[in-house]
Amino acid sequence: MRVSDLGRESTSGLRGRPARAVLSLLGIAVGVTAMVAVLGISAASQAGLIAQISSLGTNMLTVAPGRDLFGGQTELPVESVAMVSRIEGVRSVSAVGAVGGHSVRRTDKIDPDDTNGIAVLAARLDLLDTLGGSVTAGSYLSPATERYPAVVLGAVAASRLGVGSVGDQVYLGERWFTVVGLLAPLPLAPEVDRAALVGWPVAQTDLGFSGHPTTIYERSADEAVAGVRQVLAATANPENPQNVAVSRPSDALTAQLATRSAFDQLFLGLGAVALLVGGIGVANTMIISVLERRGEIGMRRSLGATRRHIRAQFLAESAVLSALGGVIGVVVGIAVCVGYSLARGLPVTLPWTAVGAGLAAAVGTGIAAGLYPAGRAARLSPTEALAAV
Amino acid sequence: MTEMITASQVGKVYRGGVPALTDVSLTVRKGELVAIVGPSGSGKSTLLHLMGTLDTPTSGTVRVLGLDLSEVSDGTLSAMRAHWIGFVFQQFFLGATLSAVDNVAQGLVYQGVPRGRRRRRAAEVLDRVGLGHRLDHRPARMSGGERQRVAIARALVADPAIVLADEPTGNLDSASGAVVLDLLHQLNREGTTIVVITHDTDVADRLPRRVRIRDGAVVADSAAVSGGAG
Ligand SMILES: Nc1ncnc2c1ncn2[C@@H]1O[C@H](COP(=O)(O)OP(=O)(O)O)[C@@H](O)[C@H]1O
Ligand SMILES: [Mg+2]
Repeated sequence: MRVSDLGRESTSGLRGRPARAVLSLLGIAVGVTAMVAVLGISAASQAGLIAQISSLGTNMLTVAPGRDLFGGQTELPVESVAMVSRIEGVRSVSAVGAVGGHSVRRTDKIDPDDTNGIAVLAARLDLLDTLGGSVTAGSYLSPATERYPAVVLGAVAASRLGVGSVGDQVYLGERWFTVVGLLAPLPLAPEVDRAALVGWPVAQTDLGFSGHPTTIYERSADEAVAGVRQVLAATANPENPQNVAVSRPSDALTAQLATRSAFDQLFLGLGAVALLVGGIGVANTMIISVLERRGEIGMRRSLGATRRHIRAQFLAESAVLSALGGVIGVVVGIAVCVGYSLARGLPVTLPWTAVGAGLAAAVGTGIAAGLYPAGRAARLSPTEALAAV
Repeated sequence: MTEMITASQVGKVYRGGVPALTDVSLTVRKGELVAIVGPSGSGKSTLLHLMGTLDTPTSGTVRVLGLDLSEVSDGTLSAMRAHWIGFVFQQFFLGATLSAVDNVAQGLVYQGVPRGRRRRRAAEVLDRVGLGHRLDHRPARMSGGERQRVAIARALVADPAIVLADEPTGNLDSASGAVVLDLLHQLNREGTTIVVITHDTDVADRLPRRVRIRDGAVVADSAAVSGGAG
C-alpha cells in the first residue's frame, strides 16, 4: 500500500460521516484555540514589554538612603547629587527629596493626615530629563516656578486628587499651591507617579525641607552601568557607603519577562483539559466507527489488507480528525491573538511557536486517541468482521 | 489437474466453543466451478473463509495453491488474498462515498498499484461486467444487480486465480441473479476457478459440481458421485 493511498483511505470514513467528524473534533479545536491564544497573547505581551523596556532604557540606577545598623533611617549627604554627577560615564543625574510632615489635599477642609498615599517631594529641574518623562498638560517646574507655590502632579497623584487640568489649586502644607503641570506615567519611577512635586527652593523656604535627597536618579551609557554601579554607593555617601541602597528600576520590568502570569497557567491548564476531553471524544468516535465499519474492515482484509494496514488506516484517520480540529483551533486562536494585540496596541506577531505546538498537540492527541480503536480494528478477525454485518 | 484448494479433515471451533465445521475434506481443482449448498448455519461461510485464507482451521490443514495456511504469516496470507483470491459477498460491501471505478480500484490498493493505473484497470473490468456506462455512479444510484456486478469487478480487478462468492445472488431478484450467475459462468469459461455458496437449489443445479454441507460436515459431493467431474 502506498502512503498517498493511506491518506485517501484514512479520510474516507470521515467523508462518509462529516457531521459526526465535525462534532467530535470540537473538543480538540477548543483545546488548541486556548493553547494558541494563551501562548500567542503572552508572546505579544512579552514583545510589548521588550519594546517598552528598550524605549525606557536599562541604563538608569537609583540611589536611596538605607537603614543603619540599628535600623534607623539614614540620610544621603546634601552634596551627594553633585558628587554622583562627577562619576566617569554618568550622563545625567537628578534627585527628589521627601518633604516630611506635609500632605497635599484638594481643599483645606480635608484632614491633613489623610495623605491619600500621595507624597510631597522636592524635585530638581532636571528630573524629567533624567527620567525620560513628559507632561500631559501644562509644563514641568522651571527656574521661574520652582521658587513659588507651584506644583506638578504625577499621573497617579493627579487622578487620586481629581485634578484634570492645570490652574487648579491644591492645599499643601498650610497654603494653596497652583497646579502647573501633569506628568505622564513613569514606569521606571512609580514613586514619582504617586507624588506632588514642588521646587527645591520653595520646599526649603516654605515647607521646612532639609535639602537631603531621598532618591537620586542617574543615567549613564549602557556599557558604563556596571562600572558606575560599583562606585555609586561610596560616591554618594563616602562616610557610610554601607547605608546606601543602589538599585536598577528596569530590573523589575526585566523580571516580568521571565514570569508567566498565573492566568496564563490557568488557561494553558484549561486548554490541556479541553485537549484531553477532545482526545477522549475522538477515541470514542473512532471506537464507534470501528464497530460500525466491521464489514468494511472485513472487506479490506479480503482485498489483501494486513493487520498493519488496518491499524495504520484507523490511526491515520484519528490523527487526521484531530489535526482538522487543530487547524480550526489554530485559526481561531490566531484571530484571538491578533484581536487582543490590536485592542491593546501591542505589536501584531503570528505566534509560530504556539501554532506549531498546537498542531503537534492535536496530532499527538489524535494518535494517542486512535491507538486503542486502531488496535481493536487490526485484531478483529476477518471472519468476525464479515459475520457481524 | 492442479489442486487449487485442498482441505483435509478440517475442523473449526469458534471462540465460545461453537463447532462450525467437523472433519471436512474437499479439493477444488483448477478451472472448476463449485457450488456449496446447505441450510443456514451449516458452516458454508466458515468453509469459504478458510478456503480464502481469511481464517485458519482449529484442526486439519488447508492448502491454497500449495501453501499450508497454518505455516504462513498474516502478511503472506494477506498477499495471497491481494494477488490470487477474489471475494464476492452477499452484502456487496461497496464504499458509499466512492464511485464505481474507485470501488473497483480498491481491489488493487493493497498491491501497491499507483492510482492512475488502478482506475484505468478498474474501468476496463467494469466494461467487461457490462457497467462501462456506470463508471462514475455511486452505489446509492445503482440497482442491486449493478452493485453486485461492481463487487464482482472489484474481485476480478487483480486477475485472481480463484474467486470465492458467498451467496452472491442472495440479495438480488431472480433476473439480476441470473445476470450475476451468467457472469460467473463466463468467468469460469475463461479459466478462473470459482466456488459459489448458495442455498438456492435452482442456482446450484445450474453449476457443474455441488458440495452439500450439513452441521459442519460434507454430506454429498457430486464430483465424488460422478467419479470426478474435476
Ligand atoms: N465469527 C464467529 N464466531 C462464532 N461463531 C460463529 C462465527 N461465524 C459463524 N459462527 C457460527 O458457526 C456456525 C456456522 O456459521 P456459517 O459458517 O456462517 O454458516 P452458513 O454460512 O452456512 O450459514 C453457526 O452456528 C454460526 O453461528
Ligand atoms: Mg453464510
